[in-house]
Amino acid sequence: MIQFDEMSGISGQTRAPYERLSQWLTTVDPQLLAARRDQAELLFRRIGITFAVYGSQEATERLIPFDILPRIISRSEWIMLERGLIQRVTALNMFLKDIYGDGEILKAGIVPSDLIYRNPGFCTEMFGRRVPHDVFVHIAGVDVVRTDDQNFYVLEDNARTPSGVSYMLENREVMMRLFPELFALHRVAPIEDYPNELLATLRSVAPPRVNGDPVIALMTPGQYNSAFYEHSFLADKLGIELVEGRDLFVKDDVVFMRTTEGPRRVDVIYRRIDDDFLDPLTFRPDSALGVAGLMGAYHAGNVTLANAVGTGVADDKATYTYMPEIIRFYLNEEPLLQNVPTYRCREPEALSYVLSHLNELVVKEVNGSGGYGMLVGPHASKAQIEEFRLKLTSNPDNFIAQPTLALSTCPISVAQGIVPRHVDLRPFVLQGAKSTRVVPGGLTRVAMTENSLVVNSSQGGGTKDTWVVDDIAPG
Amino acid sequence: MLSRTADNLFWLARYMERADFLSRAIEASRRLAALPKTYSNAESEWESVLLSSGSAQAFSQSGRPLDEEHVIEFLTFATDNPGSIRNCIHLARANARAVRTALTIEMWEAINGAFLEMQSFEERRKTTSREELSHFLEFVKRTSLIYDGGAYRTMLRNDAYWFSRLGLFVERADNTARLLDVKYHVLLPEKEVVGGSLDYFQWSAVLRAVSAHNAYHWVYRTSMKPWLVADLLILRPEMPRSLLSCYESIVRNLDLLARAHGRQGAAQRQARKVHDHLQKLTMENVFQNGLHEFVSSFISENNHLGALISEQYLF
Repeated sequence: MIQFDEMSGISGQTRAPYERLSQWLTTVDPQLLAARRDQAELLFRRIGITFAVYGSQEATERLIPFDILPRIISRSEWIMLERGLIQRVTALNMFLKDIYGDGEILKAGIVPSDLIYRNPGFCTEMFGRRVPHDVFVHIAGVDVVRTDDQNFYVLEDNARTPSGVSYMLENREVMMRLFPELFALHRVAPIEDYPNELLATLRSVAPPRVNGDPVIALMTPGQYNSAFYEHSFLADKLGIELVEGRDLFVKDDVVFMRTTEGPRRVDVIYRRIDDDFLDPLTFRPDSALGVAGLMGAYHAGNVTLANAVGTGVADDKATYTYMPEIIRFYLNEEPLLQNVPTYRCREPEALSYVLSHLNELVVKEVNGSGGYGMLVGPHASKAQIEEFRLKLTSNPDNFIAQPTLALSTCPISVAQGIVPRHVDLRPFVLQGAKSTRVVPGGLTRVAMTENSLVVNSSQGGGTKDTWVVDDIAPG
Repeated sequence: MLSRTADNLFWLARYMERADFLSRAIEASRRLAALPKTYSNAESEWESVLLSSGSAQAFSQSGRPLDEEHVIEFLTFATDNPGSIRNCIHLARANARAVRTALTIEMWEAINGAFLEMQSFEERRKTTSREELSHFLEFVKRTSLIYDGGAYRTMLRNDAYWFSRLGLFVERADNTARLLDVKYHVLLPEKEVVGGSLDYFQWSAVLRAVSAHNAYHWVYRTSMKPWLVADLLILRPEMPRSLLSCYESIVRNLDLLARAHGRQGAAQRQARKVHDHLQKLTMENVFQNGLHEFVSSFISENNHLGALISEQYLF
């Protein structure tokens, strides 16, 4: 397989956006890099940026490995990517409004009805409901990868409660402390206005009855959640209360939070808790994390939930395979970002192809996330392959398969020197009532072990800072 | 502010204060237990530390033998003692983490830093020597100074600050009162019968436990008298760990809260009642009616105030 490296391309010749970094690396003392790596670790530990790993006994909180070399994207590449992202999120929102409303796309036969109505991510509670300003996905984290210097492929549209943005922001802060000289060499587009943009987005989608200042709160499952650091970080940056379910209550279809001065009405909830746990009266009755009656207040139009309830049907891996058609249907445009070619195992022909090529393909559960429940064929043992063969034949609808992409690599700095590792990118798209915003960059995730393709932080993946830099004028 | 946040801030401050008190109490007892047998009974000394830290019952249930090594281990690193220093620091951090947005960076770094250092002390425990224990106790005292200084210097003077101060003073009053409760028998005025001047070392241990050894001399300029030790810990307004001083601070912080919220409540009334009582009190009254009785009743009034604060601010 031909390997594309973000710095040295395919030919080994340094690509334009990386020229200054590559030059700098030839002059820099390896000991300096080692010192900066240690410093970075110390900084992250001190600030307390941790990630809880489920099922790991020895440490409930862990640092996500951080690599000190930036991943660089040129301004012109970014503009292309940004347009594709906005197109994609616009289509996702139109799609959700449609399937919970008139279902035009189903009637037109573009997407099979049973794929939607029988999808575990489809929320019957939301059927026939409108949401404030018709925005379902306010915050999306679209995972993209590249295999050459032409195209970005979308791996996943995370339309539920995507996380990682705090790492994007903290990575930049740490980099600016560690490498002022590199920032002086590059013109790096700033990202620090993300919290400001997020706040503007959340304010814009407040229920129409609110005049003036909406009261906004960030709802977390609590400090044992893997992304709790991010929740408290964002609440702090946005200057909004960080609430748990037990801090909220609903009376006469209005949501209140319990404060030392008595109940206070809440208008917008940026919730970082899954649909299933939102309201024990509507969803899981055993959920202690949610708020009884929240869905009633939501349907009464008294509170905005961001993201809306029921977006899971749009980022599920079966729906994903229809995204190009979805974009064409609503926008009458060609998709700007490619989908990874995908076999829908629900289709018999595709299934038989997948079963006979298991050792070449990546097989994913339709509703899985975080890198759990997937098979990476080329790296799997015989036993793992047979296990998936069984799963596939017994429940083919639950799986999709994709060829193993030659994911691009990016240089990272380790004790042995500068080595290439596979990366992906998660830019964050904000959809408000009137406008769509994307801060330039995103979270680059790195598979820290050689040849590994798994970048998820729950599986030991790391992160690095992502720079969008001005193109160097030719000559 | 969110009621839960107020609750977390209140308890965060209590745990930090408790850890500080524990480390001072252990230090004082170590001095006392190291004296020749005629001066002190080491075993009863360790028992009294357990009593004043409120962990005597948990200790006896744990089945550990009553000796220096086991008591110190129980009060410092034991994971099965809910009130050990280790657990205080872990709980303080859990509370801090839940309300990070209400803390300043300095406070968070003090607590998180202490938590990380605590972990490395725990890892090194197998090699724990007496010297290492001293380092550890120093570290705990330093942590509470950094945390406290961080709160004082960097927090906005709003309800977050007032709740956190309330936690500190309610806990401090409780600690001082418990210490008095355990040691009251050596602080009675007509003590000649039991131990004579040998009790000097008991008195000075009490003072060390509340870091007032030097303060005593500055306040009274006379040799150590047990009733003056009691006076210092109960009625002297200039002594930061005295019950009166704690209640002055409690009343002040509750008043600031009441003013900001526009209403007085049961917590304010209770605090003022206790404060008024302390202000009118003389040591003669206290000894006449029984030091022990006074201290027990104070401890329960102070607990009652804690409950009223929870109730009034919906913790």
